[in-house]
Amino acid sequence: MDDFNSETDSDYTSYWRDWFISSRGNEYFCEIDEDYLTDRFNLTGLNTEVQYYQYALDLVTDVFDLDCDDDMRETIEKSARHLYGLVHARYIVTTRGLGKMLDKYKKADFGKCPRVMCKSHPLLPMGQSDNPNVKAVKLYCARCEDIYNPKSSRHSAIDGAYFGTSFHNIIFQVYPALIPTKSSERYTPRIYGFKVHAPATLIRWQDGERDDMRKRLRKLEIESGFKDDVEDVEAEDSEEEEEDEEVDMEALENGGVVGADVKV
Amino acid sequence: MSSSSGTPESWISSFCSLLGHEYFAEISEDFIEDDFNLTGLQGQVAMYKEALEMILDVEPEDDEDEDEDEEEDEGDESVEGEDHKIRRATSERRHHRMASDLSIIESSAEMLYGLIHQRFICSRAGIQQMSEKYELSHFGVCPRTLCEGVRTLPVGLSDVPGEDTVKLFCPSCLDVYVPPNSRFQTVDGAFFGRTFGALFLLTFPDYDITKRGTDTLGGHSSRSMASAASDDDKEKINGMNVQNLGPGLGQGKMYQPKIYGFKVSERARSGPRMGWLRDRPLDIRELDEAAVYANPEESDDDLLNGAQTQPRQTLAGSRKVRRPNGGSPMSMEQNGEFV
Repeated sequence: MDDFNSETDSDYTSYWRDWFISSRGNEYFCEIDEDYLTDRFNLTGLNTEVQYYQYALDLVTDVFDLDCDDDMRETIEKSARHLYGLVHARYIVTTRGLGKMLDKYKKADFGKCPRVMCKSHPLLPMGQSDNPNVKAVKLYCARCEDIYNPKSSRHSAIDGAYFGTSFHNIIFQVYPALIPTKSSERYTPRIYGFKVHAPATLIRWQDGERDDMRKRLRKLEIESGFKDDVEDVEAEDSEEEEEDEEVDMEALENGGVVGADVKV
Repeated sequence: MSSSSGTPESWISSFCSLLGHEYFAEISEDFIEDDFNLTGLQGQVAMYKEALEMILDVEPEDDEDEDEDEEEDEGDESVEGEDHKIRRATSERRHHRMASDLSIIESSAEMLYGLIHQRFICSRAGIQQMSEKYELSHFGVCPRTLCEGVRTLPVGLSDVPGEDTVKLFCPSCLDVYVPPNSRFQTVDGAFFGRTFGALFLLTFPDYDITKRGTDTLGGHSSRSMASAASDDDKEKINGMNVQNLGPGLGQGKMYQPKIYGFKVSERARSGPRMGWLRDRPLDIRELDEAAVYANPEESDDDLLNGAQTQPRQTLAGSRKVRRPNGGSPMSMEQNGEFV
């Protein structure tokens, strides 16, 4: 096995994986390192999950050389995609995986938040379950902290388990500078300029919940991450460093318009 | 003005069938011909008269005189300059009109149609037409996962043209979204206006807004289904049916971030901060501020006499329930404004 791997590494590098991540509909996936795939420890438990596990793995690592008919080949191909997805869910929470997904996030490869008040904040793919075949992939917006359905039907067919329930939360723990400033901006239904009573009471109640939370956090001296918070709470030294990074991110995302606000 | 209704390809119907104009209702000619409905639009649209003629498919050659009459009827002096131009080009205007001229008029007509549309969809006939389109899911569905594909309504964030494009209002989570298809990013939001979305909810209180867009293709009218199903569940709160006030919000409809199955704490730097946006009181009657104010000491059950058991009242909610405390009117503050 080891011999095979060193061979593939040098000769034909990631032929199948290159094809997979560049094929239409697979834009959400990043490329898994050869090293990661060939470390048996990383694949623990997947042999029971994936049909024709060994062939599938061979295909993914480009050492597949079985003579078989087209049906069989198709089945193995399907298994390989499934295997790749399941390994992908594990890979993207590793340091290298997070880095790759971060690059894609910065390029907004996963789309942008449809919520108007989020101002096209980039999204992250996520699953609502870690088990395959339960729910399709959803997209998480870190600004409004809600999940959305992918726009395109070719993406809504991808299994959510290929991204998992944890990745999008872990990435913000690893890269806290990426956490977007939260905004209390929101839509208020109006009729001829007047607020509508029923939604308005709900909005007042929600605003009350938000203010309670912010008070709770202020008492604990935890940064709540709201925009005006940055303004009235004087930033500590350590925060200032992070803030600079934040501004960079903001500038990246919003063309530098919001960045000025944050810096105040 | 001789209207050419019944022509197979009227300007209005061809405009509404254009790609990207799927959200528009077809304004009835009666509505456009009533000058009252057009009050104030002359100042907002260049080449107003020609644009209006184009919308109504009036051939300038046919009714030159009528046009002049029309103008006098309107008692309008602001289009004097255009008037002059019209006279100059009087006989074969349409044939000799410059191509650039036509395109200006075309875009003016679209602007004028949009502005009339903003008013029309708030009229009885217009909102009825929009409700039919809503039932057929012409406006798409909410992209939010936990709204489970409920139908949305087109709205504008401003009534002034040129400020923002059309958005979709989800009555289930009371939020606005960018339409998924980029072709709608050329449609002005002012053509729908700020009022329509909320007015729609108040005009048709019996719609089951939780109905999924895909279900409606079955052909049943969701309105009749809703009224049949919920005759005993017509409890109102603040002028809206209880089941229609943010049904996509609250416990069970909020996303809870987790890492390996463990909730991310609010105290974490990356912890959840936006829960309030999708939250809703466990007992929706808490929002009945007037009743809470009137009976601060009563328990919730007494707030609405004879009210049936609330379907949304979750049992043994682990979340903190906010209640009016101590009978003090100050408890109102907790429900609403900054404390």
